[in-house]
Amino acid sequence: MIAELGHYALMLALGLALIQGTMPIVGTRTNDAVLMSMAAPTALAQFAFVAMAFTALATCYVISDFSVLNVFENSNSQMPLIYRLTSIWGNHEGSMMLWVSILTFFGALVAVFGNNLPAVLKANALAVQAWIAAAFHLFILMTSNPFVRIPQAPFEGQDLNPILQDPGLAFHPPLLYLGYVGFSIAFSFAIAALLEGRIDAAWARWVRPWVLAAWMCLTVGIAGGSYWAYYTLGWGGFWFWDPVENASLMPWLAGTALLHSAVVMEKRGALKIWTILLAILTFSLSLIGTFLVRSGVLTSVHTFATDPMRGVFILAILVVFIGGALALYGWRAPLLKQGGLFAPISREGALVFNNLFLTTACASVFVGTLYPLALEALTGAKISVGPPFFNATFGPLFIPLMVVMPFGPLMGWKRGDLLGAAQRLLAAAILAALIMAAAFALEQGGPVLAPFGAGVAVFVMAGAVTDVAERTLVLRLPFRAALRRAIGLPRSAWGTAFAHFGLGVTLLGIVAAMAWGSERIAEMKVGDNLDIAHYRLTFSGLFSRQGPNYRDTVGRFIVRRMNGDLIGVMEPSRRSFPTRNMTTTQAALMTRGVSQLYLSLGDPMQNGNVAVRLYFKPQVLLIWLGAAIMFAGGALSLSDRRLRVGAPQPAKTKVALRPAG
Amino acid sequence: MRRVFLLVLGLILSAPTSSWAAVQPDEMLRNPALEARARTLSQQLRCMVCQNESIDESDAPLAHDLRVLVRERLQAGDSDAQVLDFLVARYGEFVLLKPRLSWRTAILWGLPPGLLLTGITLLVVAAARRRGRAQEPAPNLTAAEQVRLKKILADSPGS
Repeated sequence: MIAELGHYALMLALGLALIQGTMPIVGTRTNDAVLMSMAAPTALAQFAFVAMAFTALATCYVISDFSVLNVFENSNSQMPLIYRLTSIWGNHEGSMMLWVSILTFFGALVAVFGNNLPAVLKANALAVQAWIAAAFHLFILMTSNPFVRIPQAPFEGQDLNPILQDPGLAFHPPLLYLGYVGFSIAFSFAIAALLEGRIDAAWARWVRPWVLAAWMCLTVGIAGGSYWAYYTLGWGGFWFWDPVENASLMPWLAGTALLHSAVVMEKRGALKIWTILLAILTFSLSLIGTFLVRSGVLTSVHTFATDPMRGVFILAILVVFIGGALALYGWRAPLLKQGGLFAPISREGALVFNNLFLTTACASVFVGTLYPLALEALTGAKISVGPPFFNATFGPLFIPLMVVMPFGPLMGWKRGDLLGAAQRLLAAAILAALIMAAAFALEQGGPVLAPFGAGVAVFVMAGAVTDVAERTLVLRLPFRAALRRAIGLPRSAWGTAFAHFGLGVTLLGIVAAMAWGSERIAEMKVGDNLDIAHYRLTFSGLFSRQGPNYRDTVGRFIVRRMNGDLIGVMEPSRRSFPTRNMTTTQAALMTRGVSQLYLSLGDPMQNGNVAVRLYFKPQVLLIWLGAAIMFAGGALSLSDRRLRVGAPQPAKTKVALRPAG
Repeated sequence: MRRVFLLVLGLILSAPTSSWAAVQPDEMLRNPALEARARTLSQQLRCMVCQNESIDESDAPLAHDLRVLVRERLQAGDSDAQVLDFLVARYGEFVLLKPRLSWRTAILWGLPPGLLLTGITLLVVAAARRRGRAQEPAPNLTAAEQVRLKKILADSPGS
């Protein structure tokens, strides 16, 4: 009964989406305020029904209703409650339900908080949002229905894939989807502006908070996925240039570009047409990501061809939405007025530079991800494009971007003073050069580029600090006055500094962990020692441990400093799940400051020895810490009064009332 | 999460006995310099039965065989390039994670720098055009406008 309710609620949501997609647009064409005002309540109702469908599915998982095929295939009554819940999005049908839930959630947010939007823009944007929702409701109902029943209900479910039974998986997919789908708002606003044929600087102000929120979620979503892969997959890598990772990186790069071009549009009225295009492209890349992952095309072009229903459906959604949006753009964009002149050396110029490099970097990830598929489909030739390709193309594009980054915020609008900015960054540059020299002197035979990378990272971090110091005049004014200036500084300025600083932190972590880490691979018997960096591990034996739905074979290792001081114990294990007859590796991590010792265990051998892989990863935690700082920067910027959704307009009357003299 | 679906598919396809990563202690060469070269090479070679994994990361039996093969070639005195050539001759371009530049991969390698150069050119042209427009003198007044201007100036009370 619950499953049927969910199914029915989803159908009703489709019906509401169709109404929401048509009536408000008719309203804007016939100037009918009643039809236009239908958009907000239908958006809320649509979200309510989708939420009902999602809750129905969740209930089936919680009560372990194995008469529902989706629950039977992906859950098990022995699993802890949290994993029964996360298995909802651990499979195709359920994750599409999460997708539409978040999509309609954002629609409802616009309906609630969009009171200060012009009526026509709001009606059009919500209608476009409803088209996307309708397409995906239809996709779920026709090809991926999670509410299908099994005639004879089995007694026990098949269990969630063991690798997915991890706390990291509880948060990573929803955050990633919040990011992906959040960009749909920017897309809908862009299409709405094109439909109306009118756009102004205020458009950027309305769209920026949504883009910022989506960008924040995507940032931590990607970082979370990366950390999860790092500790789960057992070889300590944190980024694999896997097509699935690239699918999330591309919208992030385009979204970052969009965030910056929207600033120019809001402040200076320039780059309007480009910003609209970026808004369309960013969400298109999210859709392409969904297609790549959901159609099975990545596994092989052939699987796609043998089971084409889902793939073809998503491909059709892609073609209609991306093709339609770009066609509309080609037709209407020339009608929009371009404005705001600026010199090449200026804040605007720096932001254009940012956009150029970010979009090129995004394009290189795009071509690298899709080229093998396209080549095989067209010519049948098979090639591989892997990490070495991306390192060779993405790196050279990102480094100049990082070098120029500290200059941007120090430049004036319209016409900047490059020499002045350079002088103010002198201290940061000297610090970076010192770090570079020190790193070069300390490393023996490491990669030549690593000290350079560390120097750039430090320059970015010091540059962000310089930006704040310059704005608060902390070195020139007495402390109290500077503090007052710091409090008075717009939150968005703090946000910029934090986000830029965070990116520098992440880069430093990547450089250090990749270039200066060490690795030991060895076969150990009880009592053996293994040395790494300034630590010594002693193997003290194997034992077993029973978990709720698995059994662990645990290796126990004592960690000491070289001088014999005891630090602690590391217990990596091999975890076997009887229901699926699978074994996973549970690495042990020991955090020392921001560095980590990472130990994973191989299969126990006949003679009782174990094979181990031990890594020392210096500064590795900075990678994810940087992402957290970027998130904090976004949150600060979002709390800026100017950007707050639904914030009242500044009261102009007060100024007018003040006596002139 | 999405990575996992691929990973799982990879696991099913390659049917490994364990999910512990890659290089086994008994595969490693005694000579640390040779072993380091073998590791670097392994990272550039694809495990052909896996999803986007290098033979250095994969625990599929095929990856094991390839790792041993790479080490045998190195011990036989091959240069890095010779090892790669040997593997390409045997398994095709598919084995390389960084495809070589050829007519087939021209767009792949050409697109990023091409796009960057196009972008820069467009921006430079747009900036030059804008500057040109700013320096252009205002167009001269037509005869009729001159007459009107004189009339306005004559009529204005201040002059």
